[in-house]
Amino acid sequence: MKIMVAVKRVVDYAVKIRVKPDKTGVVTQNVKMSMNPFCEIALEEALRIRESGLASEVVAVSIGPSQCVDTLRTGLAMGANRGIHVESTASLFPLSVAKIFRKLVEIEKPDLLILGKQAIDDDCNQTGQMVAGLLNWPQGTFASKVVLDKEKGVATVDREVDDGIETVRLNLPAVITTDLRLNQPRYATLPNIMKAKSKPIKKFTPEELNVEIKSDLEIVEVTEPPKRKAGVIVSSVDELIDKLKNEANVI
Amino acid sequence: MAARALLGVIKKRAVSCPAFRGHYTFRHGSTLVVAEHEGGVIKPPSLSALAAATCLPDTDSSVSVLLAGSGPSLHQAASHAASSYPSISKVLVADSDKFKDPLAEPWAKLVHLVQQSGGYSHIFAAANSFGKNIMPRAAALLDVSPITDVTGISDSNTFVRPIYAGNALCTVRYTGASPCILTIRSTSFPALQKSVDSNEASISQVDLSTLDEDLGRSAYISQSSQDDERPDLGNARIVVTGGRALKSAENFKLIEALAEKLGAAVGATRAAVDAGYVPNELQVGQTGKIVAPELYMAFGVSGAIQHLAGMRDSKVIVAVNNDADAPIFQVADYGLVGDLFEVIPELLEKLPEKK
Repeated sequence: MKIMVAVKRVVDYAVKIRVKPDKTGVVTQNVKMSMNPFCEIALEEALRIRESGLASEVVAVSIGPSQCVDTLRTGLAMGANRGIHVESTASLFPLSVAKIFRKLVEIEKPDLLILGKQAIDDDCNQTGQMVAGLLNWPQGTFASKVVLDKEKGVATVDREVDDGIETVRLNLPAVITTDLRLNQPRYATLPNIMKAKSKPIKKFTPEELNVEIKSDLEIVEVTEPPKRKAGVIVSSVDELIDKLKNEANVI
Repeated sequence: MAARALLGVIKKRAVSCPAFRGHYTFRHGSTLVVAEHEGGVIKPPSLSALAAATCLPDTDSSVSVLLAGSGPSLHQAASHAASSYPSISKVLVADSDKFKDPLAEPWAKLVHLVQQSGGYSHIFAAANSFGKNIMPRAAALLDVSPITDVTGISDSNTFVRPIYAGNALCTVRYTGASPCILTIRSTSFPALQKSVDSNEASISQVDLSTLDEDLGRSAYISQSSQDDERPDLGNARIVVTGGRALKSAENFKLIEALAEKLGAAVGATRAAVDAGYVPNELQVGQTGKIVAPELYMAFGVSGAIQHLAGMRDSKVIVAVNNDADAPIFQVADYGLVGDLFEVIPELLEKLPEKK
C-alpha cells in the first residue's frame, strides 16, 4: 500500500505576522517558514502506518515555489521515502491544488491520501475535501484517530466534530485530513536530515500535469484587524467584580 | 469608487447588513442555505448562515433553505422553517435515509443535485464542522472555489474573511461562475430571529431519483458527545476558559463551578485539552471553536496566537494570570495578576447570584 501526503510551506506558526503597507498581502520575505503543523501530523500518521507494516511507501508532495523543496526535505528527513514537487509561482487556491493532486493520484495510484485539515496561513480547510470530491473518494476529515484494516480495505476514522467525536468507516482508497490530536510528530534527527539529501524528489509543473491554473478568486486587499483598545489591570477581585458590574455591565 | 467607499464603511461598522440592502441591484438570482436541523427546528449556526444570506445586497433575491434527513423531525423542521422566518421563500426537503447522518459524500452530491435544478447564485452554510466538511466537497463537484469562514459581506461577490489565525483580514472577490459557495462564521452574523407575522413559505420535495449513484463508500458508525446542561459554547453569552495552569482535570472543576455560577459555557485551551482536563469540543481557537461572547474570562491562559484567534472578537475580555507578561493581557479589557486558585474561589464567593 502506498500513502501520499500533502505538505505545505507556510509562515512558522509562532511568527507574529505583519500586513504589507500596500495591503496586497502579508510580509513573507525574511520571515521564518516551516511545514504547516497539520501537514507534519499528516506525515507522522503516514509514517506510523508504514512502520506498523500496513504500508510500504510514503510519498510527500508539495506544491508551490522552489523553496517548497526545503519543506519536502524536512518531510524526507522525518522519514518519507520520496518527494514530489509541483513547481508553480502562481498564487494557488485550494481548487487548483486539489486538481493537481487529482492528477498526481492518477499517476501514483496511492491507496490513501493524507492532508492536514487546514493550512495556518489561508485557514481555508478545503483542499482535502475538494480532492476527495474530485476523485469521488470517501473522506474522513478532522481525524483524531485512524485505524486501518488492510484485509477489508477500510479505514475507521474518529473525527473531531462540534459535538464531540464521530466515527466513520471509509472504503479505501480514501482521503483523510488530520486534526491536532491525531499524533505527536517526530523530530528529524541529524543523520536522517543528512540521509534525506539523497532521497529523490521528482519535479512536475502544472502544465506537465495538464492542470490549468486559473482562479475564480481575487484578493482585493489584506488589512490588519481592528485593534482592541487598551485594557486596565485591576488590583483585586472586588475591583474586577465592580468593573464588570458597573462599567462593562456584563454580569 | 463608490463601491470602495462603501466597503470602507462596512468594514468600520462590521456587519450591519440590513442598512445596505437596496444599494445594489445588479444581482439577480436566488440563494440557497444548506441547513442542519435538530428537534424539529433549524440549528443556531444555520440560522446565522440564513442571516448572512439575507445580507446579500439585492432586494429581489429570494432565499431557499435545504433541509435533509428522514423521519418526522425533518418535516417538523421544514414546516417550522416555512412558517417562522419571513425571509425564507422556499423550503426544499430531501427525505432519505442517506441523509440521516452528516456524511459528506451523499450531502455533497445532494448540494450538487439541488444546484443543478435550482441554479442558485449563492450557496451558504455555517462554518462549523458540518459546513466545513461538506461545502468544499460540493464546491469541487461544481468546479468552483468555496470561501471559508466569511465574517463580512461587502457586496454580492466581495467578502471578508480572517486569515493567519485572525491576524489579518482578507477581502476576496469571487469572479467565477455560479454558485458562489460560502461558509459563514456564526459569531459574525447574529442568528435570524423568528417572526410571527410571516407569510408561509412553500415546501417542496427534492427529486432524489438521480441520486442512485454509489454512495456506499463511507458509513457512519457512532457519535460520542458530552451531554451537558451548560449553554452551548458557540452561542453562550459568557464563556469561562481554563488553560494549562489549572494543572488537572480535578482543578478544572473550579472553572466549571464558576461557569455554573455565571450561567456560562466552559472553554479550554489546546494545552488543557491535550492534557486531558476536558474533551476536545471545548477547545477555543484557530483550530477549535470560534466564540464572541459578551464576556470572556480566561484563567491561566497565556494567550498564544492560536488561542486568541478563537476569542479576540469577544466584547469584554477578562484575564487572570500570575504572569504579568502573559500576552493575554494585551487583549484583555480587565486583567488581574494573581493566582487563579485564590481568585476563582474569591469570585465564587463574591459574585452575585445569577438572575
